Amino acid sequence: MFDDTNAFQTALSLIMGFDPDLLAIVALSLRVSLSAVLIATLIGLPLGAALALWKFPGRGTLIVVLNAFMGLPPVVAGLTVYLLLSRAGPLGELGLLFTPTAMVIAQVILVLPIIAALTRQQIEELHGDYHEQLRSMGLSKRRMMPTLLWDARFGLMTVILAGFGRASAEVGAVMIVGGNIDGVTRVMTTAIVLETSKGDLPLALGLGIVLLGLVALVNAAAYLIGESARRRLG
Amino acid sequence: MNEMTRLAATAIPSLSLQGVGFAHRGQTLLHPVDLRLEGCRRILLMGPNGAGKSLLMRLAHGLLMPTQGQIRWDGRRPRQSMVFQRPVLLKRTALANLTYALAVNGVPRMRRKPLAREALERFGLAALEKRPARVLSGGEQQRLALARAWLTEPEMLFLDEPTSALDPAAIKAVEDAVLDFHARGTRILMSTHDLYQARRLADDVVFLCGGRVLEHSSATDFFTAPATPQAQAFIRGELVW
Repeated sequence: MFDDTNAFQTALSLIMGFDPDLLAIVALSLRVSLSAVLIATLIGLPLGAALALWKFPGRGTLIVVLNAFMGLPPVVAGLTVYLLLSRAGPLGELGLLFTPTAMVIAQVILVLPIIAALTRQQIEELHGDYHEQLRSMGLSKRRMMPTLLWDARFGLMTVILAGFGRASAEVGAVMIVGGNIDGVTRVMTTAIVLETSKGDLPLALGLGIVLLGLVALVNAAAYLIGESARRRLG
Repeated sequence: MNEMTRLAATAIPSLSLQGVGFAHRGQTLLHPVDLRLEGCRRILLMGPNGAGKSLLMRLAHGLLMPTQGQIRWDGRRPRQSMVFQRPVLLKRTALANLTYALAVNGVPRMRRKPLAREALERFGLAALEKRPARVLSGGEQQRLALARAWLTEPEMLFLDEPTSALDPAAIKAVEDAVLDFHARGTRILMSTHDLYQARRLADDVVFLCGGRVLEHSSATDFFTAPATPQAQAFIRGELVW
């Protein structure tokens, strides 16, 4: 029916052709996923660090729930946001359904547990090493937080990349809350699903290769930044 | 400067431990102890491994809360610093480790780097300023930890077996630093199980064995006429626990 060279040729011509439709899809994919990761990072890092530092009743339960949510199926997250944002839903007034904003919200829900749970684990480990020294210096837990987050930065970079991987790979959530509307909410993954269902497998696979390349690019950039910093600071 | 430090030295608040004990999961790790540490003295905590030296030090420094008894500073809490057996350094450059300590202590940004460089110089680390602290040798790391403590100008310095993992040259550097701290007017509380080190450094000795404080006396008294059979055996170099 089709052969691989065909898909690679399609991928190559998609990239080389600078097809404006494709560029728009790529740009939206990156915008949605990077925004979601940024927001989830801003919430997840302090949340994870706080969970690592403070002991309170129900902490264990919260950690288990957070860990479990790392495996939340994207369609379930999408459905939940869909219900919240739909016309009859509690947030229906905002008119966000089938917009990129809705897609960002859904992806934040998917990425946040990963970043918060893995941050908690990293910070708890580092706190084990540091806490006597920092307490000896007279630091309160609140003042320890930025220190620990900064000193865990190499590990946290990987945590954030794991979150980005989750966001860029998922299709279920953005499909449900975005609707895969051409030119408005169509992203790489939903386009791949569409082309596959239409039977244009070379195009679908071509899009897949482009997506893979993008993810590899982001990871390579993060790796290079991390490595150079690691070499300088141990 | 000297006049000032000497004045400050006389004013280091005394530390009183009254019936201080520590138990963990029903096991008594430190039996109730009464201890008073005062003046600008070099006090060496001695005893075999597991005697409770580190525990007593952490209680005195306030890192642990006693499960019984009271720890009191006369008047005010003095500035304190602690140097650990395995130095805990941040994953930053040597210089950044020092400026961090200054920032924590509220030293204005402009003054941090000059002060930190001065301390690096003083502890023979100037050439290593830009090195990541975690890749320094054991001796260099301990000197960096001492430089960090130096910058906070402690009135009382706690050192928990700071030389137990070091070679003779590095041990010498740490002991010299301890003497420098003391000369500047800092009370020293340092634990060791090295008899010779204690003889070199101690004004007073607190001897612990099996979670009990058995002796607290001047170094001369302790080394010439130890009161307890455990201390006598320890000084003879026999295995005590």
